[in-house]
Amino acid sequence: MRWLDIFVMAFQAIVRNKLRSFLTTLGIIIGVGSVVAMVHLGQSATRSVTDEIASIGSNLLFVMPGTAQRGPGGVRTSAEPFDLEDVEAIAQEVPEVLVAPAITVNPTVVIGNANETIPVVGTDNNYFVVRNHGIAYGRAFDPDELNAGSAVCIIGTTLIDEMYLGQEPLGTTLRVGRTACRVIAVLEEKGQSMGQDRDKTILMPVKAVQRRLLGSLDVQTIFVSALIDGSTGRVQKDIESLLRQRRHITSPEDDDFYVRDTQDIANALASTTNTMTILLGAIAAVSLLVGGIGIMNIMLVSVTERTREIGIRLAIGARTRDVLTQFLVESIALSTLGGIIGLLLGIGGTWLVTSRLDMPFLLAPGVMLLGFFFSVAIGVIFGFFPARKAARLNPIDALRHE
Amino acid sequence: MSNSARFGNHDPDARDLPPAVIRMRNIFKIYGSGSAEVRALDGVDLTIREGEFVAIMGPSGSGKSTCMNMIGCLDVPSAGEYLFRGVNVGGLDRDELALLRRHFMGFIFQSFNLLPRVTALANVELPLIYDGVRRSERKARAREALRIVGLSGREPATPNQLSGGQQQRVAIARALVTEPPVLLADEPTGNLDTGMADSIMVQLAQIRAERGITIVMVTHEPDIARYADRVLYFVDGKLVKDGTPDEVLS
Ligand SMILES: Nc1ncnc2c1ncn2[C@@H]1O[C@H](COP(=O)(O)OP(=O)(O)OP(=O)(O)O)[C@@H](O)[C@H]1O
Ligand SMILES: [Mg+2]
Repeated sequence: MRWLDIFVMAFQAIVRNKLRSFLTTLGIIIGVGSVVAMVHLGQSATRSVTDEIASIGSNLLFVMPGTAQRGPGGVRTSAEPFDLEDVEAIAQEVPEVLVAPAITVNPTVVIGNANETIPVVGTDNNYFVVRNHGIAYGRAFDPDELNAGSAVCIIGTTLIDEMYLGQEPLGTTLRVGRTACRVIAVLEEKGQSMGQDRDKTILMPVKAVQRRLLGSLDVQTIFVSALIDGSTGRVQKDIESLLRQRRHITSPEDDDFYVRDTQDIANALASTTNTMTILLGAIAAVSLLVGGIGIMNIMLVSVTERTREIGIRLAIGARTRDVLTQFLVESIALSTLGGIIGLLLGIGGTWLVTSRLDMPFLLAPGVMLLGFFFSVAIGVIFGFFPARKAARLNPIDALRHE
Repeated sequence: MSNSARFGNHDPDARDLPPAVIRMRNIFKIYGSGSAEVRALDGVDLTIREGEFVAIMGPSGSGKSTCMNMIGCLDVPSAGEYLFRGVNVGGLDRDELALLRRHFMGFIFQSFNLLPRVTALANVELPLIYDGVRRSERKARAREALRIVGLSGREPATPNQLSGGQQQRVAIARALVTEPPVLLADEPTGNLDTGMADSIMVQLAQIRAERGITIVMVTHEPDIARYADRVLYFVDGKLVKDGTPDEVLS
């Protein structure tokens, strides 16, 4: 028997029963489709998380007063706040770091007729590097402005779109709370990150915010960027011991501040999505198994139904292996067909979801290949038993079968 | 496949007669056991020689089909020895029996046994597919076989689009397409009306005359049996009469 003839035979058998063939492969289609979609989506989710973390600033540490166990922006207790001397001390004492203070207030900002509540961050020029958010055009704060706490500001692009209505903002004056403030630069567009519009922001010299908006010399957050890759652990320890010294704390348990590593957050998020991916992938794999059992079931029915046909073939001179290959090829063709359709649907679904959710669309050739070979393997494994049953039929019993 | 070498002609006891194709010695086929025991074949001895046209007759349940299936190697005897062209069939395994059927036997059944929903041409092609014959050659040979049985032009028809007689002709074409030396037919005209039955028999007789093949045929009808030159008559699993149609049917 020629392979071509075997394939043609299997194909004809599948086509002869289109609806049944389709229903048979549905399990495989759903199984492979969901495995492929789950893994791809998980991968995209992980990637978008790491991308966001990277856009916040890599090798970045947050230093905040308080004992909250949560991440940045979490609950803060009434611990003694930092001031600019702490910032200066970290910059001086901890090697290979860049330090930027941050004070965030939410005053009403008025531009022309438009007014809106906008987060205003008091900081210095290190912010652009530390937070990985540079200036698109215009100039940075000059040292005099930083020392004097001058009323100058650098704005995010959302303000141009929504409040300047596209007009040139450079050199204009806007009102932040009760302070008139001159625009000296525009930040690069960053888009959404962690559900926040990073372009809806205004930067001002830290002293300007302290004096004009906050009315105190506190610093809420200190951003520290480790300049050497992978040194965040060492930097974190250095900062902790320095701050304990400055705050006269003897034991780590009494810390009234905390240092968070964005890498930790990234890792935590990535491992969460990974766990989810594995979990959903496992469920999908189970559905693949169910699909395989579906194929076996239908193949068994088909063998019983075609007992007489098998008898005719045996009488004509088909050997055990001829009948075995015929049915095996049929089940493999069914499951492979289902696998290919599932693969396409899974990738299509992933593309649809990622494009809707604005996530990166990444293809994982390994997973696609795995899905394909898995479906072939299912055809072999679950097709073997029915095929063997067919091949072992006694010619005369098969011929007499009604 | 050189099976002709394996299933060669060795006939110890005939010098002038054509060689024996089928030789059965004391063949039993027993179903069930104890009081439910049925002896479908009860010690059958028979020899069929090359080129013979043999009809097997007997009342219903006398073991005709059982004997036929035994001859066709579709079934194995409970006891006894069966030599096909001198080869002891009892010593062959399942796949060797399949090859023996493929190369040396053509089957025709009462119920036609064509593959449903498959064209006449594809049905006739089937044995050639198992023989690994190339597609183009296969189609040509299947067409020729259909032409011989007078079905040219009906190649694309499926069995349910054909009359009983036409279906049986397709079955004959399928049985003959591999040019086997032996044709086995179990009540080939059993499902056909008299006119149709006669034309089928004329066709078989003609093919036999042209090719010199051996034909073994089970039938109930004396008129059909008269196409044969020898009749074996079975009663209760025993071969009770063996002779020309006139001798046996008188
Ligand atoms: N698979 C089987 N199991 C049990 N008994 C069987 C089986 N096949 C045949 N028999 C019995 O063997 C005997 C011979 O059967 P067989 O089919 O050879 O008869 P037959 O001569 O062909 O009859 P008919 O003319 O009706 O076709 C019958 O009594 C039948 O009941
Ligand atoms: Mg019978």
